[in-house]
Amino acid sequence: MTRLESSADAAVATSAPLETRRSTGRRVALFTGLSVALVVFALVSAGMGQLQIAPGEVWNSLLRGLGLSDAPATAPHVDAALWTIRFPRIVAAILIGAALSVAGTIMQAVFANPLAEPGVVGVSSGAALGAAVTIVFGLTATSDWVTAGASFLAGLATTMVVYLASRSGGRTEVVTLVLTGIAVNAFAAGGLALLTFLGDTASREEIIFWQLGSLNGSRWQEIGVIAPLVAVSLVFAFVLARQLDLFSLGERSARHLGVNVERVRIVSIVLVAVLTCAAVAFAGIISFVGLIVPHLMRMVIGPAHRGLIAASALGGALLLLVADLVARTAVPMADLPIGMLTSLVGGPFFFWLLRRQRKGAGGWR
Amino acid sequence: MSLVAENVSVTIDRAHLLTDVSFAAIPGRVHSLLGPNGAGKSTLLSVLAGDRVPSSGRVVLRDRPLADWPLRELARTRAVLTQEHSVTFSFRSREIVEMGRHPWARTSAEDDDDREIERAMTATDVSHLADRPVADLSGGEKARVALARVLAQRSPVLLLDEPTAALDLRHQEDVLRLARAQAAEGDAVVVVLHDLNLAAAYSDEITLLERGRVVAHGAPADVLTADRIKAVYGQPVDVIEHPRTGVPLVLPVR
Repeated sequence: MTRLESSADAAVATSAPLETRRSTGRRVALFTGLSVALVVFALVSAGMGQLQIAPGEVWNSLLRGLGLSDAPATAPHVDAALWTIRFPRIVAAILIGAALSVAGTIMQAVFANPLAEPGVVGVSSGAALGAAVTIVFGLTATSDWVTAGASFLAGLATTMVVYLASRSGGRTEVVTLVLTGIAVNAFAAGGLALLTFLGDTASREEIIFWQLGSLNGSRWQEIGVIAPLVAVSLVFAFVLARQLDLFSLGERSARHLGVNVERVRIVSIVLVAVLTCAAVAFAGIISFVGLIVPHLMRMVIGPAHRGLIAASALGGALLLLVADLVARTAVPMADLPIGMLTSLVGGPFFFWLLRRQRKGAGGWR
Repeated sequence: MSLVAENVSVTIDRAHLLTDVSFAAIPGRVHSLLGPNGAGKSTLLSVLAGDRVPSSGRVVLRDRPLADWPLRELARTRAVLTQEHSVTFSFRSREIVEMGRHPWARTSAEDDDDREIERAMTATDVSHLADRPVADLSGGEKARVALARVLAQRSPVLLLDEPTAALDLRHQEDVLRLARAQAAEGDAVVVVLHDLNLAAAYSDEITLLERGRVVAHGAPADVLTADRIKAVYGQPVDVIEHPRTGVPLVLPVR
């Protein structure tokens, strides 16, 4: 458009070269770094614990288990310890970390708010409440899927409630979102307390386990449930990525650009519920993963969702893997609840984000 | 490609936001919507955009009711600049303008993306902001980036809700020159404005709204008379002819 000569000239004079999209180098470095760290930590983590196993030995056992090597084990019990206890736990950490982190990323996109997170807004506690109901009323005996299903339904309902309650005019205000989270968390805590009161000792212990969050006792059977849920959800998340980007403009503008806002919103809410509940049903409430990881990843590769979802999945997996390693090994002979750890780190982080957000947006919004 | 509203009314809780409004945006013309606060300008624009379904009457885009248009095809045909320009997350200006190309993804027009984005950013004078996060920009800069996104959409019907709000003198003129340029290329342009003189200078036609009704429609000189402006806005004005161009100049009596 040459009609605006004066402004066009000014633009040329001061213009940075247009081919300055976020450097691909940074992206490559991030993905390589996260992948390498994930593998290294997985091997190291598998070797640590009461029975110390060298990373090389872990690797051999891994190959043996997959039928790729027939070198004999150097010590007894190595294969048993790794394959029945540590490997499933590591795989669970990776899957659940990825699930929670991607759930946070999607939630932040549809809520158009960087503070939305399944734990913070109460979806996790809602899901835990659903799971607790099946425990106290003895419905768990039938199948692993019952608890997962109940926590999914409760989580889905909670996500809907939070979504409807905290939105106005196509955006979510921070205050409303946080207050809605407080209300939902309070209600869920009350419900859990009631169930704890009603339940027998065994159920009580299980409910407490849920509230604190732990990867202790992960089994392959559970992974068989989580893995397909996470895999399918991730595929959907990638498909939605471009449209989630447009939500940053506000729902009205997204619609003007051809996005079927209602459909994307519903699919996203279901994805958040599936991912959160897959995690909660087997590991309890692990908060803040979905808050910290996407935020850090955005700082490195920017907010475009295609890259962000992949990076968040890797980053979440790594974070939970490391957190679980700490949970298992920080105190000798004790297994700390991992939800407690993520909250201890995530709470202050949330506070910092909140303050930054307030400053950045020129007030609460 | 014309966009026509036929006898549109919008009623919410017995409040009549629009009453029996008819309106036509015609290719090659800049059509301004004027009126005091609360007259229904933005409501009419949102009806034209398809955001709001009128309680009665209908909106037709190229001989097809607006409601029958698939969203993506609609997005290739009409673009909307809303009054809200804020962006969540630190997307950079260029990324925002790129979003304007979304309706063309996976079509042959996708090949033109880079050219269209640069054209739009040059026209709105935001090329030098390409790498800046939109969240860090001033209000006027944000508005221009949003306008660049709308232009990059390359649709023949443009709906602009107060595109000059928050802009300085030169950029106000730039935006309306741009609207004229788009009309010269055959686009139908609808602009909601508050500045009567901008409207007088750049519009082919003006629709003046008051309390949800059309009080006047026509060429600027016919619509903007001193008596009518006083009656609608409640502010006495003098209307004189611009000594050089002859367009009406509206001067509040002070």
